[in-house]
Amino acid sequence: MKHINSIVENGMKKSGNIGCGECQSSCQSACKTSCTVGNQSCRNRDEKINTPKKPLL
Amino acid sequence: MTHSFSFKYHERVYYFVWDKESGSLHNVDYVAFLVVKNRFGEQMSDQEKADFAQLDKTLVDEINAELDVLVADGVLDSPCNITLKHKSVGEIKALCLNICYDCNLRCRYCFADEGTYHTSNREYMSLEVGCKAVDFLIEHSGKRQHLEIDFFGGEPLMNLDVVKGIVEYARGREKDSGKIFSFTMTTNCILLSDDTINWLNKEMSNVVLSIDGRECVHNEVRKTPNGKGCWDIIIRNAQKFRKVRGDGQYYVRGTFTAKNLDFSEDILALNDAGFDQISIEPVVTDIPDLAIKQEHLPKVLAEYEKLAEEYIDRRKTGKWFNFFHFMIDLEGGPCVIKRLTGCGSGCEYLAVSPKGEIFPCHQFAEVDGYKMGNVFDGDIDMDISHKFAENIVTNKPDCQNCIAKYYCSGGCVANNLNFAGNMQTPYSISCEMMRKRFELSLAIASIEGAEQE
Repeated sequence: MKHINSIVENGMKKSGNIGCGECQSSCQSACKTSCTVGNQSCRNRDEKINTPKKPLL
Repeated sequence: MTHSFSFKYHERVYYFVWDKESGSLHNVDYVAFLVVKNRFGEQMSDQEKADFAQLDKTLVDEINAELDVLVADGVLDSPCNITLKHKSVGEIKALCLNICYDCNLRCRYCFADEGTYHTSNREYMSLEVGCKAVDFLIEHSGKRQHLEIDFFGGEPLMNLDVVKGIVEYARGREKDSGKIFSFTMTTNCILLSDDTINWLNKEMSNVVLSIDGRECVHNEVRKTPNGKGCWDIIIRNAQKFRKVRGDGQYYVRGTFTAKNLDFSEDILALNDAGFDQISIEPVVTDIPDLAIKQEHLPKVLAEYEKLAEEYIDRRKTGKWFNFFHFMIDLEGGPCVIKRLTGCGSGCEYLAVSPKGEIFPCHQFAEVDGYKMGNVFDGDIDMDISHKFAENIVTNKPDCQNCIAKYYCSGGCVANNLNFAGNMQTPYSISCEMMRKRFELSLAIASIEGAEQE
């Protein structure tokens, strides 16, 4: 594509739908040690906080 | 729903399109940015409208053809296919132990009424209560293997012997229960002696060190009971902990208020002081001179943008650091269920008071109508648990079109209740800040990824 460069496609599907219940608990008020949901990684993944590596337009 | 946004980094403007339902991020050129906005009915500035009107029709058609492919592939303008309507209840994963209702600081913005949680006695948890809480967690954890206990206050180091006893007891129960415990603590650093630092470093999987940033900012709101500032003690102790901690998990965690809307300076000051894991949060309060109000938002949002630029720069140098809200995992974040259910308060995450009473989370400790039981009885008020189980992002009308829907989960239940009057309506000022931080985290991840390529 000439005008569009997809950085991440279907991130929601890649996160899976398993709900194994083993990920770190989170705190929406962020007053605790735990994360908000946004910056968590799945406990079952080896590489945490993934940054896609693609050149930008 | 698509969301188009731009980010300026050192005179270069990057354009992005986010598709929230599929979790897809596209980097586009300016003409595609205009075509996307026009095609999907996004609000356009007068300049953007004028620029779009001048585009050649052949070029617009070409871009629309590219967009057609993305729509067909389900990575643009994708529909919501999620039908989950409530959390599961009955299996607990984490407990917050309010290890004492006492504190050696009197921070003005403290949600816990300077540690007392609006009670008349500054109570301390006994070892008996703490151990019973461990038993309660094990018994109610079902098939979960990884369990979490967070030591919270007041100031938990004021009851350190009990904390140590609870950790020892829980470790002793790991083998017979088949569970694995992770312990965390939030401390104001006042009582961080060398021995305590070494013990925390050994036993805690994560430690939060509360510091608000610059000395003048910190001392303005985080005072000792006799009204003095405490920054010099805190920073010295926190730096000692940082040195011992090495690569272990920790955060310095602060709060910004209306008095320091230039809070990026506090984040950078903490980085300059040697910390590389930093979280500074907007205060949630109704105290007039501290509260972040609607009129403060333009300055706050601009401050996040300023921070983002400096953040990318510093991470290329010897001053690399993580800012909590700019961390995002675009390809391996939590599973969909976690994204929908958020913190799990009232269901998988509960708080225990010094007396052993159970509440949906630390923010609800001692709040009338939210006592769920007692660790000695072992029963939980399932009516309250079911009420919290309904609290998932798909049930929150205001969240359905939000770009951060699956990264925020609809905000803090307690904040929603306090400021909007119900659990389902998010606190609008927090939402504005969340959306800005989310956009910036997407841009930062993309730019850093491109520079690594």
